[in-house]
Amino acid sequence: MSTPRQSQAVPPVPPSQPGAPRAASQAFPGPHPGGHGYASPIPVRRTHLGHAVASEWTKIRSVRSTVWTLAVMFVLVLGIGLLTAFALGSQDTLEMPVLAGGFFGLMLGQLCVITLGVLVITSEYSTGMIRTTLTACPQRGRVLLAKALVFFLLSFTVTLAACTLTALVQTAMIEGKPVPEYIDPRMLNEETAATGQAVASAGEWLGATVGAALYVALLGLLSLAVGTLLRSTPGAITTMIGLVLLPFIVSLFLFTESVREFGEKLREYSVLNGLSSLFRIPFEGGSADTGWPLLWLLAGVTLAALIGAYARISTRDV
Amino acid sequence: MIEAVGLTKRYGAKTAVYNLSFQVRPGMVTGFLGPNGSGKSTTMRMILGLDAPTEGHVTIGGHTYRRLPNAPRQVGALLDAKAVHGGRSAYNHLLCLAQLSGIPARRVDEVLGVVGLRDVAKKRSKGFSLGMGQRLGIAAALLGDPQVLLFDEPVNGLDPEGILWIRNLMKRLASEGRTVFVSSHLMSEMALTADHLIVIGRGQLLADMSVKDFIAHNSAEFARVRTPDGAPEQRDKLTAALAEAGGHVLPEPDGALRVSGLPLPRISDLAHGADVRLWELSPHSASLEEAYMRMTQGAVDYRSTEDTRAGLLAQPPAGHAGPPAGHAAPVPGQAPGQPNPYAVPPQQAWQPPQPPAAAPVPAPADPTERDSEDAR
Repeated sequence: MSTPRQSQAVPPVPPSQPGAPRAASQAFPGPHPGGHGYASPIPVRRTHLGHAVASEWTKIRSVRSTVWTLAVMFVLVLGIGLLTAFALGSQDTLEMPVLAGGFFGLMLGQLCVITLGVLVITSEYSTGMIRTTLTACPQRGRVLLAKALVFFLLSFTVTLAACTLTALVQTAMIEGKPVPEYIDPRMLNEETAATGQAVASAGEWLGATVGAALYVALLGLLSLAVGTLLRSTPGAITTMIGLVLLPFIVSLFLFTESVREFGEKLREYSVLNGLSSLFRIPFEGGSADTGWPLLWLLAGVTLAALIGAYARISTRDV
Repeated sequence: MIEAVGLTKRYGAKTAVYNLSFQVRPGMVTGFLGPNGSGKSTTMRMILGLDAPTEGHVTIGGHTYRRLPNAPRQVGALLDAKAVHGGRSAYNHLLCLAQLSGIPARRVDEVLGVVGLRDVAKKRSKGFSLGMGQRLGIAAALLGDPQVLLFDEPVNGLDPEGILWIRNLMKRLASEGRTVFVSSHLMSEMALTADHLIVIGRGQLLADMSVKDFIAHNSAEFARVRTPDGAPEQRDKLTAALAEAGGHVLPEPDGALRVSGLPLPRISDLAHGADVRLWELSPHSASLEEAYMRMTQGAVDYRSTEDTRAGLLAQPPAGHAGPPAGHAAPVPGQAPGQPNPYAVPPQQAWQPPQPPAAAPVPAPADPTERDSEDAR
C-alpha cells in the first residue's frame, strides 16, 4: 500500500518535544511486571470447521426468520400442490405429468428460501453481529463455509420433505388417470405411452423431489453469496428476485422476428425454466429437457459466486 | 501484551489513525483516551483484525489477531454492545460464540451469572436496555477466559451501580495478570480505573504514560489568593507585586486571584512586603479533566458552536442580520472576559503535535490506489 516516498511526504509525529514526556519504556509497577501474563486454567483447543458448523447451526435455528421462511415455503408447496391435485382430479383426463403440480407451489416457495439465504448473512451485517462473529473466529473463510453448509443442508432437507410429500399426495390423487389422445406419445414416458394411463416414472420422481430441492437450495446458496457480496438485505433480495423473474418476463416481450431467437434462449436459460423442466413442464426446450443440465449450470454459477463472496469477506474491512 | 507499530489507517482521503505506536502491558488497566472520532474504535478494530491497517501492524502476544490459534481463548473484546442479532436470546448468542471456539456450553451459564443476566438469558436481546446490552457484550468478552481484554467504551449506558461493577471487574481482571485495554472519552472515568494512559487525538499519539505522570506533567499547580473584600487597591497592589516577582496572575470571577509560577511561602512574603493582608492563600492543582481538555483541545474533530437560533427569528429588519447584539451568551461558569481555564498557561506549555496539515494523504503519488480506496 505504501511506498517509502509516501511516508516521507508526511512529517513524522514529534516523538518527544520538550515538556512532552513519553514514558513508554519505563519500568511499570504492578503485580505482574514484565511480559508474563495470565494463563487460563482451561486448556485451549485448536478449532476447526466442525466448531463453526455447530455455531452456525445454533445461529440459524435460534432466529424466527428461519422458522417463518421455511414454514411459509412448506405451506405454499404443499397447499398449492394439494389444490392443483384437487383441480386435476376433478377432470376426466390428465393433460400433464403426474408430479408437475408441485411446480406451482415451489415457484412461490423458492422466494422464501432465497429470502432466508440472503438473511443468513446480511442480518449479521445489518445488526453488527458480523463483527462479533469475526472476532470470535478470525478465519473468515471458515465462517462463510460453515454458513453455506448449514444453510444448504437445512434448506435442501426442508424443501425435499415438502416436495416429496406433495409428490406423494399427487400420486395418490391423480395417478392412473387416462391421458387424452391428442397428446403426442413421444411427450409421454414409456409406461404412460404403453398403457395410456398417467404414471410417474423414476426419472420424474427424482426430478420432482431431489432435483427440485437441490435446485431451490442452490438458489438459496447463490442468494447467500450475493448477500455476502452486497451486504444489504433489500439489495440482495431485489437482485435475486430480479435474477429469478426478469429473464423470463423480458423474454415474453421479445417476440418480434429480429429478437425472437434471443428471447427463446433467454427463456430456455431462465431460472424458472430450470425449475419447471425438473417437473417435466418446460417453458422452452422440449420434452427431452429434464432440467438437470440447467441445475448443473446453476451449481457452477453458485460456486463462482461463493468464490467471489470468499474473496470479498476475507479482504474487506467489517 | 498488545504491540502496535506505526499503525496507520486511511479511508480514502481521510486519515483515521496515523503512525500510532504503543504497547499495552499485562497486569494493569490501560486507558485509551481521545475525543470522539479520534480513532480509538478504528484502532480497536485493527487490533482485532476486523480492519486491515493501511500501514504498520499490531500484534497480540507476537501474533497478528487473524493468525492467533483460537483467538477468543486469548483475546476477549467488547466492541459495540449492539453487535448482536436482536432476534436471538442472550443464551443462544453466547452459545454460538462458545461453540465457535470449542468452549463448553456450561461456561455460557457461568458468564451469564457473572454479568447478572441469568434471569433474562432466554429473552431476545432486542428488548434489552443499553446497560443489559453492555453486560451481554462483556459476557461475550469473558467467555473464553482470555488473557487480553479489550473494552470499547464499556461504561456507556450503565447505571452508577453498573459503572462501579465494571470498574472493579477491570481492576480485578488486571490484578490477575491480564492485559486490560479500555477506551473512553471520559477522563474522569479513566482517572478512577486506569493505571496507565494512552491518549490520542486525530489518530495520533498525544501521550503514553502512567496516570500519575500524566497528572504531574499536565496539571498546572496554582495558588488561590484572596485579599480583603471592598479593598480593590490592595488587590491591585498585590497583583503588581506578584507580577514583578515573575508570577502569573489571573483574576477569578469572585474577586480572588489565581497565581501560578510562585510557591506559596513566596506569595505570602510578597504580600507581607507589599503590606497587603490575605484572606485566603490555598494550593490547588488543575483536575485531570482539565489536563486532558488542554491536551486534546487542538485535536477535537467535532466542535460545537453556540446556537444563535437565527434561523427561527422573524425576518430581521433590513441591514440587521444575525442575532441581536449583546446576546453572546457567556460560557457557563465563566465570567465574561475571563480567560479560558483550559487554555494552555504560559508556562510549561505543551503543544499537542500538530496533525499533518489538512488530510495527510500524500500528494498524488499513486492515483490508482486512491481510486480503489475511493470506490468503497
